[in-house]
Amino acid sequence: MSQSGLELLFQGQNLPRLLAGFGVTLRVAAVVLALGLSLGALLGALRTLPNRGLQVVLRGYLEIFRIVPTVVLLFVAYYLLPQLGGLNLSGEAVAVVTFTLWTAAEMSDIVRGALVAVPRHQVEAGAALGLTRAQQLRFILFPQAVPLALPGTINLATRVIKTTSLLLMISVMDLVNVGQTLVEANSHLHPTFAFWLYGALFIGYYLLCAPLSWWAKHIARQRKAVTND
Amino acid sequence: MTEPLLIVNHLAKAYGQTPVLEDINFTVNKGEVVALLGRSGSGKSTLIRTLNGLEPFQGGTLTFAGQAIDPTPATWLALRRRIGMVFQSYDLFPNLTVLANLMLAPVQVAHQPKAQAETAARTLLTRFGLAEFADRYPSALSGGQKQRIAIARALLMKPALMLFDEVTASLDPEMVHGVLALMTDLARADMTMIVVTHEMGFARKVADRILFLDDGRITADMPAEAFFTAPPTESARNFLASMTDR
Ligand SMILES: Nc1ncnc2c1ncn2[C@@H]1O[C@H](COP(=O)(O)OP(=O)(O)OP(=O)(O)O)[C@@H](O)[C@H]1O
Ligand SMILES: [Mg+2]
Repeated sequence: MSQSGLELLFQGQNLPRLLAGFGVTLRVAAVVLALGLSLGALLGALRTLPNRGLQVVLRGYLEIFRIVPTVVLLFVAYYLLPQLGGLNLSGEAVAVVTFTLWTAAEMSDIVRGALVAVPRHQVEAGAALGLTRAQQLRFILFPQAVPLALPGTINLATRVIKTTSLLLMISVMDLVNVGQTLVEANSHLHPTFAFWLYGALFIGYYLLCAPLSWWAKHIARQRKAVTND
Repeated sequence: MTEPLLIVNHLAKAYGQTPVLEDINFTVNKGEVVALLGRSGSGKSTLIRTLNGLEPFQGGTLTFAGQAIDPTPATWLALRRRIGMVFQSYDLFPNLTVLANLMLAPVQVAHQPKAQAETAARTLLTRFGLAEFADRYPSALSGGQKQRIAIARALLMKPALMLFDEVTASLDPEMVHGVLALMTDLARADMTMIVVTHEMGFARKVADRILFLDDGRITADMPAEAFFTAPPTESARNFLASMTDR
């Protein structure tokens, strides 16, 4: 019985397993983005405060997570965390923690940059009108910083999604890992199977990342059109 | 009857170790228009920014409407409702429409009902000939329009004192007139104003008094006409000469 590589993709448990892997990728990315972007926004806001000691700590954190490759962070966390705390974390949980810390570090820089890019005069004009500090943040600083931070944030989100493929390294069955396993199990049945399977991975990541990327471009274009103030 | 609104006594201010204002003394009476003149870097902006707490100062006292100002954040918050300020760079909020710019402080700071704040804002826009811009964003306006709206934004808080810091300095020449005309109307309507300006014609015609700031000190405080006909110091003479041959 000769089948094409494409037919093989739809046979047996192949597709459900692939979809399950896609689900893991999606879940990890969603949790990491929700936690990492929020934590990063908070840290970014803290990084605009004048407190020296705090700035040293937060910058050190950013530098470490930026300089060390994410895969190294992941291995360190995977092999060291259980030994240190004696806590029994699943691979997925270790990855979520690591990716969240990395995402938060990157996000803090984006948010800090956006906040300091809003002209100081804007906040001063609010102060001169009698707005409290909280009102200055709520009505002036944050609304102006969000559009500035958005393109970088979307870009970061696509990087986070792609970085989840490192889950393979610590044996979590994400989309790439499932794909890899299926290739190893099925390639001998048909030579073009790997081609179709990697094509499916491509489509999976494309579906996740392309809309984000379009959105970022759209915002950039929109901003160009309105910023003459 | 002259009734003092603002009394500045021995005010001193430094940026770090560098003194910028030294022993500043003057009084502004209700309804008076005072033009604050001086060379670039003489401390004009710094001085008017200390008057509403945008800059802290190190020495001296301020008295506003008979009350000594205790320079705490809470005092400044309360006082800024009564002291309006307009800047050179307009500083309308680009994330808000013109109407929302105008209603922000009346609603959030003065706690006016929205409908009332909107009516007041639209009425003032109409008076300024800017009614058609209510729903536009500031980026769609000319500099002169923005600056008149910035003035309206400050006026809607019904301030007792208005501070202007070179509000026409960024405008194209053809826009300057409209803004100065608006300020002249305000002066005629007895608004108390301190105006930092390089528009000597305006200062001479509209101001009751001139304060001349020379390197952080007030070296002239006199009626406008007297200042322009007989500048009291060498430095003031040179300043006026440099302004007229521009
Ligand atoms: N934030 C600051 N930190 C340190 N020095 C400052 C600061 N702002 C102003 N200065 C200095 O204080 C002095 C007075 O500046 P100020 O802006 O008050 O002058 P000005 O009279 O308003 O000048 P201009 O006509 O150019 O606006 C200048 O020497 C200036 O360099
Ligand atoms: Mg100035």
